[in-house]
Amino acid sequence: MFFTNLKIIFRTGLNYFLRNGFVSLSAVLIMSVTLFSIGAVAFMLALLDASIAEIESKIDLTVSFVTNAPEDGILEVKSALEKLPEVSGVIYTTREKALEAFRARNQGDTLILQALDEIGDNPLGATLSVQAKDSSQYESIAKFFTNNTALSAERLSIVDRVNFEDNKIVFERLSKFVSSAKQLGVSISVILGVISMLIAFNTIRLIIYISKDEIAVMRLVGATSRFVRSPFVISGILYGLIAAAFVLTLFFPITWWLRDATEQFFSGMNLFRYYNTNFFEFLALIGGSGLIAGALSSYLAVRKYLKV
Amino acid sequence: MLHFDRISKKYNGCLALDGITFKVAPREFISLVGHSGAGKTTLLKMLLAEEYPTEGNVFFEDTDIHTLSSRDMNNFRRRIGAVFQDYRLLLNRTAYENIAFAMEAAGRTDDEIASDVPHALELVDLGDKIWNFPHELSGGEKQRVAIARAIVNQPDILIADEPTGNLDPVNTYDIVQILKRINDLGTTVILTTHNKGVIDSLGKRVITLEHGKIVRDDPEGRYIL
Repeated sequence: MFFTNLKIIFRTGLNYFLRNGFVSLSAVLIMSVTLFSIGAVAFMLALLDASIAEIESKIDLTVSFVTNAPEDGILEVKSALEKLPEVSGVIYTTREKALEAFRARNQGDTLILQALDEIGDNPLGATLSVQAKDSSQYESIAKFFTNNTALSAERLSIVDRVNFEDNKIVFERLSKFVSSAKQLGVSISVILGVISMLIAFNTIRLIIYISKDEIAVMRLVGATSRFVRSPFVISGILYGLIAAAFVLTLFFPITWWLRDATEQFFSGMNLFRYYNTNFFEFLALIGGSGLIAGALSSYLAVRKYLKV
Repeated sequence: MLHFDRISKKYNGCLALDGITFKVAPREFISLVGHSGAGKTTLLKMLLAEEYPTEGNVFFEDTDIHTLSSRDMNNFRRRIGAVFQDYRLLLNRTAYENIAFAMEAAGRTDDEIASDVPHALELVDLGDKIWNFPHELSGGEKQRVAIARAIVNQPDILIADEPTGNLDPVNTYDIVQILKRINDLGTTVILTTHNKGVIDSLGKRVITLEHGKIVRDDPEGRYIL
Protein backbone atom coordinates (compact mmCIF):
# COMPACT_ATOMS: atom_id res chain seq x y z
CA MET A 1 0.00 0.00 0.00
CA PHE A 2 2.79 2.42 0.98
CA PHE A 3 4.79 1.75 -2.20
CA THR A 4 1.65 1.78 -4.35
CA ASN A 5 0.80 5.19 -2.94
CA LEU A 6 4.38 6.39 -3.42
CA LYS A 7 4.36 5.30 -7.05
CA ILE A 8 0.99 7.00 -7.64
CA ILE A 9 2.17 10.20 -5.92
CA PHE A 10 5.32 10.42 -8.08
CA ARG A 11 3.42 9.56 -11.24
CA THR A 12 0.69 12.12 -10.47
CA GLY A 13 3.29 14.80 -9.63
CA LEU A 14 5.03 14.19 -12.94
CA ASN A 15 1.66 14.28 -14.71
CA TYR A 16 0.80 17.66 -13.15
CA PHE A 17 4.10 18.97 -14.38
CA LEU A 18 3.79 17.63 -17.92
CA ARG A 19 0.08 18.23 -18.46
CA ASN A 20 0.13 21.88 -17.40
CA GLY A 21 2.93 22.52 -19.89
CA PHE A 22 2.59 26.28 -20.26
CA VAL A 23 1.92 26.88 -16.57
CA SER A 24 4.88 24.66 -15.64
CA LEU A 25 7.09 26.58 -18.05
CA SER A 26 6.03 29.87 -16.44
CA ALA A 27 6.74 28.49 -12.97
CA VAL A 28 10.16 27.25 -14.07
CA LEU A 29 10.97 30.65 -15.57
CA ILE A 30 9.90 32.55 -12.43
CA MET A 31 11.87 30.13 -10.28
CA SER A 32 14.84 30.62 -12.62
CA VAL A 33 14.69 34.37 -12.07
CA THR A 34 14.58 33.75 -8.32
CA LEU A 35 17.52 31.36 -8.37
CA PHE A 36 19.45 33.58 -10.76
CA SER A 37 19.07 36.46 -8.27
CA ILE A 38 20.33 34.26 -5.44
CA GLY A 39 23.31 33.14 -7.58
CA ALA A 40 24.04 36.72 -8.68
CA VAL A 41 24.03 37.87 -5.06
CA ALA A 42 26.49 35.07 -4.22
CA PHE A 43 28.78 36.26 -7.01
CA MET A 44 28.49 39.88 -5.85
CA LEU A 45 29.37 38.89 -2.29
CA ALA A 46 32.41 37.00 -3.60
CA LEU A 47 33.49 40.04 -5.61
CA LEU A 48 32.93 42.30 -2.61
CA ASP A 49 34.99 39.95 -0.41
CA ALA A 50 37.78 39.89 -2.99
CA SER A 51 37.78 43.69 -3.24
CA ILE A 52 37.81 44.11 0.54
CA ALA A 53 40.62 41.56 0.87
CA GLU A 54 42.58 43.44 -1.78
CA ILE A 55 42.12 46.78 0.01
CA GLU A 56 43.03 45.20 3.35
CA SER A 57 46.17 43.68 1.87
CA LYS A 58 47.30 47.09 0.71
CA ILE A 59 47.51 48.46 4.24
CA ASP A 60 49.81 47.23 6.95
CA LEU A 61 51.40 48.33 10.15
CA THR A 62 55.09 49.10 9.71
CA VAL A 63 57.60 48.75 12.54
CA SER A 64 60.82 50.68 11.81
CA PHE A 65 64.01 49.81 13.65
CA VAL A 66 66.95 52.03 14.52
CA THR A 67 69.81 51.77 12.04
CA ASN A 68 72.12 49.95 14.46
CA ALA A 69 69.53 47.35 15.53
CA PRO A 70 71.05 43.85 15.59
CA GLU A 71 69.40 41.34 13.24
CA ASP A 72 68.82 38.71 15.97
CA GLY A 73 66.90 41.34 17.93
CA ILE A 74 64.74 42.21 14.90
CA LEU A 75 64.07 38.50 14.28
CA GLU A 76 63.09 38.07 17.91
CA VAL A 77 60.52 40.91 17.58
CA LYS A 78 59.29 39.32 14.30
CA SER A 79 58.87 35.96 16.00
CA ALA A 80 56.97 37.55 18.93
CA LEU A 81 54.66 39.34 16.50
CA GLU A 82 53.95 36.17 14.52
CA LYS A 83 52.73 34.52 17.70
CA LEU A 84 49.95 37.12 18.11
CA PRO A 85 46.53 35.68 17.14
CA GLU A 86 45.59 38.90 15.27
CA VAL A 87 48.60 38.71 12.94
CA SER A 88 48.31 36.95 9.60
CA GLY A 89 51.88 37.60 8.41
CA VAL A 90 55.06 39.61 9.01
CA ILE A 91 57.46 40.59 6.23
CA TYR A 92 61.03 41.48 7.20
CA THR A 93 62.85 44.02 5.05
CA THR A 94 66.56 44.32 5.80
CA ARG A 95 68.38 47.68 5.73
CA GLU A 96 70.05 46.67 2.45
CA LYS A 97 66.78 45.75 0.77
CA ALA A 98 65.15 48.92 2.07
CA LEU A 99 67.94 50.96 0.50
CA GLU A 100 67.70 49.00 -2.74
CA ALA A 101 63.97 49.63 -2.90
CA PHE A 102 64.45 53.32 -2.04
CA ARG A 103 66.99 53.73 -4.85
CA ALA A 104 64.70 51.92 -7.27
CA ARG A 105 61.76 54.14 -6.29
CA ASN A 106 63.79 57.31 -6.80
CA GLN A 107 65.69 56.20 -9.84
CA GLY A 108 64.88 59.38 -11.82
CA ASP A 109 65.62 61.76 -8.94
CA THR A 110 69.33 62.51 -9.19
CA LEU A 111 69.24 64.94 -6.25
CA ILE A 112 68.13 62.26 -3.81
CA LEU A 113 70.53 59.69 -5.22
CA GLN A 114 73.40 62.19 -4.93
CA ALA A 115 72.41 62.95 -1.34
CA LEU A 116 72.49 59.22 -0.54
CA ASP A 117 75.96 58.94 -2.07
CA GLU A 118 77.08 61.98 -0.01
CA ILE A 119 75.98 60.33 3.23
CA GLY A 120 77.96 57.22 2.25
CA ASP A 121 76.36 55.03 4.94
CA ASN A 122 72.87 53.43 4.66
CA PRO A 123 70.56 55.85 6.54
CA LEU A 124 67.56 53.48 6.45
CA GLY A 125 66.65 51.09 9.20
CA ALA A 126 65.18 47.60 8.77
CA THR A 127 61.37 47.30 8.86
CA LEU A 128 58.73 44.72 9.69
CA SER A 129 55.45 44.96 7.73
CA VAL A 130 52.71 43.45 9.84
CA GLN A 131 49.48 42.22 8.21
CA ALA A 132 46.47 41.83 10.49
CA LYS A 133 43.83 39.16 9.89
CA ASP A 134 41.21 41.89 10.06
CA SER A 135 41.60 45.62 9.53
CA SER A 136 40.03 46.32 12.95
CA GLN A 137 42.90 44.52 14.70
CA TYR A 138 45.76 46.94 13.92
CA GLU A 139 45.15 48.92 17.09
CA SER A 140 45.56 45.89 19.32
CA ILE A 141 48.73 44.93 17.41
CA ALA A 142 50.10 48.44 17.96
CA LYS A 143 49.40 48.08 21.71
CA PHE A 144 51.83 45.16 21.66
CA PHE A 145 54.63 47.74 21.60
CA THR A 146 53.22 49.95 24.36
CA ASN A 147 51.89 47.42 26.92
CA ASN A 148 54.30 44.67 26.08
CA THR A 149 55.52 42.10 28.51
CA ALA A 150 56.70 39.62 25.88
CA LEU A 151 59.65 41.76 24.80
CA SER A 152 62.51 42.92 26.98
CA ALA A 153 63.29 46.62 27.34
CA GLU A 154 66.45 45.98 25.34
CA ARG A 155 64.45 44.63 22.44
CA LEU A 156 61.90 47.45 22.65
CA SER A 157 64.69 49.99 22.57
CA ILE A 158 65.69 48.94 19.03
CA VAL A 159 62.20 49.89 17.74
CA ASP A 160 62.43 53.36 16.25
CA ARG A 161 58.75 53.93 15.52
CA VAL A 162 55.42 52.17 14.83
CA ASN A 163 53.31 53.95 12.23
CA PHE A 164 49.93 53.14 13.78
CA GLU A 165 49.17 56.58 15.21
CA ASP A 166 49.97 58.21 11.81
CA ASN A 167 47.57 55.88 10.01
CA LYS A 168 45.03 55.49 12.82
CA ILE A 169 42.29 57.43 11.02
CA VAL A 170 42.85 55.44 7.82
CA PHE A 171 42.72 52.17 9.76
CA GLU A 172 39.52 53.19 11.56
CA ARG A 173 37.80 54.38 8.40
CA LEU A 174 38.79 51.27 6.52
CA SER A 175 37.62 49.08 9.36
CA LYS A 176 34.24 50.84 9.40
CA PHE A 177 33.99 50.65 5.61
CA VAL A 178 34.76 46.93 5.55
CA SER A 179 32.31 46.22 8.34
CA SER A 180 29.56 48.33 6.71
CA ALA A 181 30.20 46.82 3.27
CA LYS A 182 29.92 43.31 4.67
CA GLN A 183 26.73 44.14 6.59
CA LEU A 184 25.23 45.82 3.54
CA GLY A 185 26.12 42.85 1.35
CA VAL A 186 24.51 40.39 3.75
CA SER A 187 21.42 42.61 4.22
CA ILE A 188 20.92 43.03 0.47
CA SER A 189 21.36 39.28 0.00
CA VAL A 190 18.78 38.48 2.67
CA ILE A 191 16.28 41.03 1.29
CA LEU A 192 16.74 39.85 -2.31
CA GLY A 193 16.52 36.23 -1.18
CA VAL A 194 13.25 36.86 0.70
CA ILE A 195 11.73 38.83 -2.20
CA SER A 196 12.73 36.13 -4.67
CA MET A 197 11.26 33.41 -2.47
CA LEU A 198 8.01 35.37 -2.10
CA ILE A 199 7.72 35.73 -5.89
CA ALA A 200 8.31 31.99 -6.33
CA PHE A 201 5.82 31.21 -3.57
CA ASN A 202 3.12 33.40 -5.12
CA THR A 203 3.65 31.87 -8.56
CA ILE A 204 3.21 28.36 -7.21
CA ARG A 205 0.25 29.53 -5.13
CA LEU A 206 -1.43 30.81 -8.29
CA ILE A 207 -0.80 27.49 -10.03
CA ILE A 208 -2.35 25.62 -7.11
CA TYR A 209 -5.26 28.08 -7.01
CA ILE A 210 -6.11 26.91 -10.54
CA SER A 211 -6.33 23.37 -9.14
CA LYS A 212 -8.51 24.23 -6.12
CA ASP A 213 -11.63 22.58 -7.58
CA GLU A 214 -9.60 19.49 -8.34
CA ILE A 215 -8.34 19.41 -4.75
CA ALA A 216 -11.93 19.70 -3.47
CA VAL A 217 -12.95 16.72 -5.64
CA MET A 218 -9.97 14.74 -4.38
CA ARG A 219 -11.03 15.33 -0.79
CA LEU A 220 -14.62 14.35 -1.56
CA VAL A 221 -13.55 10.96 -2.93
CA GLY A 222 -11.69 10.32 0.32
CA ALA A 223 -8.12 11.23 -0.62
CA THR A 224 -5.97 11.91 2.45
CA SER A 225 -4.26 15.28 2.86
CA ARG A 226 -0.90 13.64 2.17
CA PHE A 227 -2.24 12.00 -0.98
CA VAL A 228 -3.58 15.33 -2.26
CA ARG A 229 -0.59 17.40 -1.25
CA SER A 230 2.32 15.15 -2.21
CA PRO A 231 1.94 15.29 -6.03
CA PHE A 232 1.87 19.11 -5.83
CA VAL A 233 5.01 19.06 -3.70
CA ILE A 234 6.68 16.70 -6.22
CA SER A 235 5.74 19.01 -9.05
CA GLY A 236 6.98 22.03 -7.03
CA ILE A 237 10.31 20.26 -6.50
CA LEU A 238 10.49 19.61 -10.24
CA TYR A 239 9.96 23.34 -10.94
CA GLY A 240 12.80 24.15 -8.54
CA LEU A 241 15.25 21.52 -9.77
CA ILE A 242 14.72 22.23 -13.47
CA ALA A 243 15.09 25.98 -12.82
CA ALA A 244 18.27 25.28 -10.80
CA ALA A 245 19.74 23.17 -13.64
CA PHE A 246 18.90 25.94 -16.12
CA VAL A 247 20.46 28.68 -13.95
CA LEU A 248 23.60 26.66 -13.16
CA THR A 249 24.10 26.04 -16.89
CA LEU A 250 23.42 29.69 -17.70
CA PHE A 251 26.13 30.83 -15.28
CA PHE A 252 28.85 29.14 -17.38
CA PRO A 253 28.54 31.41 -20.45
CA ILE A 254 27.79 34.47 -18.29
CA THR A 255 30.87 34.07 -16.07
CA TRP A 256 32.94 33.23 -19.18
CA TRP A 257 31.80 36.49 -20.75
CA LEU A 258 32.50 38.48 -17.57
CA ARG A 259 35.82 36.84 -16.73
CA ASP A 260 38.12 39.53 -18.21
CA ALA A 261 36.09 42.44 -16.87
CA THR A 262 36.02 41.05 -13.33
CA GLU A 263 39.69 40.15 -13.47
CA GLN A 264 40.50 43.72 -14.44
CA PHE A 265 38.20 45.55 -12.02
CA PHE A 266 38.06 43.22 -9.03
CA SER A 267 41.64 42.61 -8.02
CA GLY A 268 42.40 39.77 -10.39
CA MET A 269 39.31 37.73 -9.59
CA ASN A 270 38.39 35.65 -12.63
CA LEU A 271 34.67 34.98 -12.23
CA PHE A 272 34.67 31.96 -14.58
CA ARG A 273 37.53 30.32 -12.69
CA TYR A 274 35.82 31.16 -9.39
CA TYR A 275 32.55 29.54 -10.59
CA ASN A 276 34.35 26.41 -11.77
CA THR A 277 36.33 26.10 -8.55
CA ASN A 278 33.26 26.60 -6.37
CA PHE A 279 30.74 24.82 -8.62
CA PHE A 280 29.64 22.33 -5.96
CA GLU A 281 28.95 25.14 -3.49
CA PHE A 282 26.82 26.84 -6.15
CA LEU A 283 25.12 23.53 -6.92
CA ALA A 284 24.24 23.15 -3.24
CA LEU A 285 23.09 26.79 -2.92
CA ILE A 286 21.04 27.05 -6.14
CA GLY A 287 19.83 23.43 -6.20
CA GLY A 288 18.99 23.50 -2.48
CA SER A 289 17.18 26.84 -2.76
CA GLY A 290 15.19 25.58 -5.77
CA LEU A 291 14.24 22.37 -4.02
CA ILE A 292 13.26 24.05 -0.76
CA ALA A 293 11.41 26.92 -2.47
CA GLY A 294 9.45 24.53 -4.73
CA ALA A 295 8.59 22.04 -2.02
CA LEU A 296 7.79 24.56 0.72
CA SER A 297 5.74 26.85 -1.54
CA SER A 298 3.64 23.92 -2.78
CA TYR A 299 3.21 22.51 0.71
CA LEU A 300 1.98 25.82 2.12
CA ALA A 301 -0.16 26.72 -0.89
CA VAL A 302 -2.05 23.39 -0.94
CA ARG A 303 -2.70 23.51 2.79
CA LYS A 304 -5.22 26.31 2.32
CA TYR A 305 -7.42 24.17 0.05
CA LEU A 306 -7.34 21.02 2.14
CA LYS A 307 -9.92 22.26 4.61
CA VAL A 308 -12.95 20.55 2.99
CA MET B 1 -27.86 2.71 8.52
CA LEU B 2 -28.16 6.51 8.52
CA HIS B 3 -29.84 8.61 11.15
CA PHE B 4 -30.28 12.37 10.87
CA ASP B 5 -31.11 13.36 14.43
CA ARG B 6 -32.67 16.82 14.98
CA ILE B 7 -30.33 18.54 12.55
CA SER B 8 -30.40 22.34 12.49
CA LYS B 9 -28.12 24.62 10.54
CA LYS B 10 -27.87 28.39 10.77
CA TYR B 11 -26.01 30.68 8.35
CA ASN B 12 -25.53 34.16 9.83
CA GLY B 13 -28.57 33.70 12.05
CA CYS B 14 -30.72 32.44 9.18
CA LEU B 15 -32.11 28.94 9.69
CA ALA B 16 -31.35 26.68 6.67
CA LEU B 17 -32.32 23.40 8.37
CA ASP B 18 -34.70 23.17 11.30
CA GLY B 19 -34.80 20.02 13.40
CA ILE B 20 -34.54 17.50 10.56
CA THR B 21 -34.96 13.92 11.75
CA PHE B 22 -35.21 10.78 9.63
CA LYS B 23 -33.62 7.38 9.20
CA VAL B 24 -32.39 5.61 6.09
CA ALA B 25 -32.31 1.81 5.91
CA PRO B 26 -29.66 -0.16 4.01
CA ARG B 27 -30.45 -0.60 0.25
CA GLU B 28 -33.14 2.07 0.45
CA PHE B 29 -33.69 4.59 -2.38
CA ILE B 30 -34.72 7.99 -1.04
CA SER B 31 -35.55 11.13 -2.96
CA LEU B 32 -35.29 14.52 -1.28
CA VAL B 33 -37.51 17.07 -2.99
CA GLY B 34 -38.27 20.70 -2.38
CA HIS B 35 -37.98 24.18 -3.84
CA SER B 36 -34.60 25.83 -4.26
CA GLY B 37 -33.33 26.89 -0.84
CA ALA B 38 -35.43 24.26 0.95
CA GLY B 39 -32.26 22.72 2.42
CA LYS B 40 -31.75 19.61 0.26
CA THR B 41 -28.12 20.29 -0.69
CA THR B 42 -27.25 21.49 2.83
CA LEU B 43 -28.54 18.19 4.16
CA LEU B 44 -26.33 16.25 1.73
CA LYS B 45 -23.35 18.42 2.68
CA MET B 46 -23.92 17.36 6.28
CA LEU B 47 -23.63 13.75 5.21
CA LEU B 48 -20.41 14.43 3.31
CA ALA B 49 -19.12 16.46 6.30
CA GLU B 50 -18.60 19.43 4.01
CA GLU B 51 -20.82 21.29 6.49
CA TYR B 52 -21.28 20.78 10.20
CA PRO B 53 -24.70 21.12 11.90
CA THR B 54 -25.34 23.96 14.33
CA GLU B 55 -27.36 21.47 16.36
CA GLY B 56 -28.05 17.74 16.12
CA ASN B 57 -26.07 14.78 14.85
CA VAL B 58 -25.70 12.59 11.77
CA PHE B 59 -25.10 8.95 12.64
CA PHE B 60 -23.67 6.43 10.22
CA GLU B 61 -23.91 2.94 11.71
CA ASP B 62 -24.08 4.44 15.24
CA THR B 63 -21.06 6.74 14.69
CA ASP B 64 -21.54 10.49 14.75
CA ILE B 65 -19.73 11.40 11.54
CA HIS B 66 -18.94 14.94 12.66
CA THR B 67 -16.80 13.65 15.50
CA LEU B 68 -14.57 11.55 13.22
CA SER B 69 -10.83 12.19 13.10
CA SER B 70 -9.29 13.32 9.82
CA ARG B 71 -8.09 9.78 9.05
CA ASP B 72 -11.46 8.20 9.87
CA MET B 73 -13.21 10.91 7.88
CA ASN B 74 -11.22 9.90 4.77
CA ASN B 75 -12.19 6.26 5.31
CA PHE B 76 -15.82 7.28 5.83
CA ARG B 77 -15.86 9.35 2.65
CA ARG B 78 -14.63 6.34 0.71
CA ARG B 79 -17.83 4.56 1.77
CA ILE B 80 -19.91 7.30 0.15
CA GLY B 81 -20.09 7.98 -3.54
CA ALA B 82 -21.21 11.44 -4.62
CA VAL B 83 -22.61 12.76 -7.89
CA PHE B 84 -23.31 16.45 -8.45
CA GLN B 85 -25.30 18.53 -10.93
CA ASP B 86 -22.05 20.12 -12.21
CA TYR B 87 -20.32 16.70 -12.53
CA ARG B 88 -17.11 17.88 -10.76
CA LEU B 89 -14.88 15.87 -13.06
CA LEU B 90 -11.14 16.59 -13.24
CA LEU B 91 -10.98 18.40 -16.56
CA ASN B 92 -7.42 17.47 -17.48
CA ARG B 93 -8.01 13.74 -17.02
CA THR B 94 -9.71 11.20 -19.25
CA ALA B 95 -12.84 9.31 -18.21
CA TYR B 96 -10.60 6.39 -17.23
CA GLU B 97 -8.28 8.58 -15.16
CA ASN B 98 -11.16 10.35 -13.40
CA ILE B 99 -12.45 7.02 -12.19
CA ALA B 100 -8.98 5.60 -11.53
CA PHE B 101 -8.24 8.60 -9.31
CA ALA B 102 -10.99 7.64 -6.85
CA MET B 103 -9.47 4.15 -6.66
CA GLU B 104 -5.93 5.52 -6.25
CA ALA B 105 -7.17 7.67 -3.37
CA ALA B 106 -8.51 4.50 -1.75
CA GLY B 107 -5.09 2.86 -2.08
CA ARG B 108 -6.04 0.34 -4.77
CA THR B 109 -3.32 -1.23 -6.93
CA ASP B 110 -2.74 -0.61 -10.64
CA ASP B 111 -4.00 -4.12 -11.44
CA GLU B 112 -7.24 -3.55 -9.55
CA ILE B 113 -7.68 -0.20 -11.25
CA ALA B 114 -7.03 -1.67 -14.71
CA SER B 115 -9.67 -4.34 -14.12
CA ASP B 116 -12.36 -2.30 -12.29
CA VAL B 117 -12.42 0.99 -14.21
CA PRO B 118 -13.50 -0.47 -17.58
CA HIS B 119 -16.13 -2.50 -15.72
CA ALA B 120 -17.51 0.64 -14.01
CA LEU B 121 -17.65 2.42 -17.37
CA GLU B 122 -19.45 -0.55 -18.94
CA LEU B 123 -22.00 -0.36 -16.13
CA VAL B 124 -22.88 3.22 -17.15
CA ASP B 125 -22.80 2.33 -20.88
CA LEU B 126 -19.64 4.31 -21.62
CA GLY B 127 -17.24 1.52 -22.53
CA ASP B 128 -16.43 3.25 -25.83
CA LYS B 129 -15.52 6.64 -24.26
CA ILE B 130 -12.87 5.39 -21.88
CA TRP B 131 -10.05 7.69 -23.13
CA ASN B 132 -12.18 10.78 -23.78
CA PHE B 133 -11.57 13.96 -21.79
CA PRO B 134 -14.61 15.67 -20.15
CA HIS B 135 -14.73 18.38 -22.85
CA GLU B 136 -15.18 15.60 -25.44
CA LEU B 137 -18.28 14.25 -23.67
CA SER B 138 -21.92 15.37 -23.63
CA GLY B 139 -23.63 16.41 -20.38
CA GLY B 140 -25.25 13.01 -19.98
CA GLU B 141 -21.95 11.23 -20.64
CA LYS B 142 -20.13 13.42 -18.11
CA GLN B 143 -22.76 12.56 -15.51
CA ARG B 144 -22.36 8.88 -16.27
CA VAL B 145 -18.57 9.18 -15.77
CA ALA B 146 -19.29 10.91 -12.45
CA ILE B 147 -21.60 8.04 -11.46
CA ALA B 148 -18.98 5.46 -12.47
CA ARG B 149 -16.43 7.31 -10.34
CA ALA B 150 -18.87 7.40 -7.42
CA ILE B 151 -19.56 3.66 -7.49
CA VAL B 152 -16.15 2.25 -8.44
CA ASN B 153 -15.09 1.79 -4.81
CA GLN B 154 -18.40 0.00 -4.13
CA PRO B 155 -19.71 2.56 -1.62
CA ASP B 156 -22.46 1.81 0.89
CA ILE B 157 -24.28 5.01 -0.03
CA LEU B 158 -24.56 6.93 -3.29
CA ILE B 159 -25.52 10.59 -2.98
CA ALA B 160 -26.86 12.21 -6.14
CA ASP B 161 -27.40 15.96 -5.84
CA GLU B 162 -29.61 17.09 -8.74
CA PRO B 163 -27.82 14.71 -11.14
CA THR B 164 -30.33 15.37 -13.91
CA GLY B 165 -30.55 19.14 -13.43
CA ASN B 166 -28.55 19.90 -16.58
CA LEU B 167 -29.80 17.04 -18.74
CA ASP B 168 -32.42 16.60 -21.45
CA PRO B 169 -35.31 14.12 -20.89
CA VAL B 170 -33.58 11.24 -22.70
CA ASN B 171 -30.39 11.58 -20.67
CA THR B 172 -32.44 12.13 -17.49
CA TYR B 173 -34.23 8.83 -18.10
CA ASP B 174 -30.90 7.05 -18.71
CA ILE B 175 -29.37 8.42 -15.49
CA VAL B 176 -32.41 7.42 -13.43
CA GLN B 177 -32.24 3.91 -14.86
CA ILE B 178 -28.56 3.69 -13.94
CA LEU B 179 -29.28 4.88 -10.38
CA LYS B 180 -32.04 2.26 -10.07
CA ARG B 181 -29.66 -0.43 -11.33
CA ILE B 182 -27.05 0.63 -8.74
CA ASN B 183 -29.69 0.51 -6.01
CA ASP B 184 -30.79 -2.95 -7.17
CA LEU B 185 -27.17 -4.08 -6.80
CA GLY B 186 -27.34 -3.19 -3.09
CA THR B 187 -26.21 0.43 -2.75
CA THR B 188 -28.30 2.89 -0.76
CA VAL B 189 -29.17 5.88 -2.95
CA ILE B 190 -30.10 9.38 -1.77
CA LEU B 191 -31.26 11.58 -4.61
CA THR B 192 -32.23 15.25 -4.60
CA THR B 193 -34.27 16.51 -7.53
CA HIS B 194 -36.85 19.01 -8.74
CA ASN B 195 -38.02 16.71 -11.47
CA LYS B 196 -41.53 15.35 -10.88
CA GLY B 197 -41.14 12.90 -13.77
CA VAL B 198 -38.10 11.36 -12.12
CA ILE B 199 -39.92 10.89 -8.82
CA ASP B 200 -42.98 9.40 -10.51
CA SER B 201 -40.90 6.94 -12.50
CA LEU B 202 -39.03 5.76 -9.39
CA GLY B 203 -41.98 5.00 -7.12
CA LYS B 204 -39.69 5.03 -4.07
CA ARG B 205 -39.71 6.89 -0.72
CA VAL B 206 -39.88 10.70 -1.05
CA ILE B 207 -38.99 13.22 1.68
CA THR B 208 -40.27 16.72 0.99
CA LEU B 209 -38.48 19.71 2.51
CA GLU B 210 -39.83 23.23 2.87
CA HIS B 211 -38.00 26.14 4.54
CA GLY B 212 -35.55 23.71 6.15
CA LYS B 213 -38.21 21.42 7.62
CA ILE B 214 -39.57 18.03 6.61
CA VAL B 215 -43.18 18.56 5.57
CA ARG B 216 -43.84 15.09 4.14
CA ASP B 217 -42.17 11.67 4.27
CA ASP B 218 -44.04 9.51 1.78
CA PRO B 219 -43.15 5.85 1.27
CA GLU B 220 -45.41 5.72 -1.80
CA GLY B 221 -43.23 8.08 -3.85
CA ARG B 222 -45.54 11.00 -4.51
CA TYR B 223 -44.21 14.42 -5.41
CA ILE B 224 -46.54 17.01 -3.93
CA LEU B 225 -45.39 20.62 -3.61
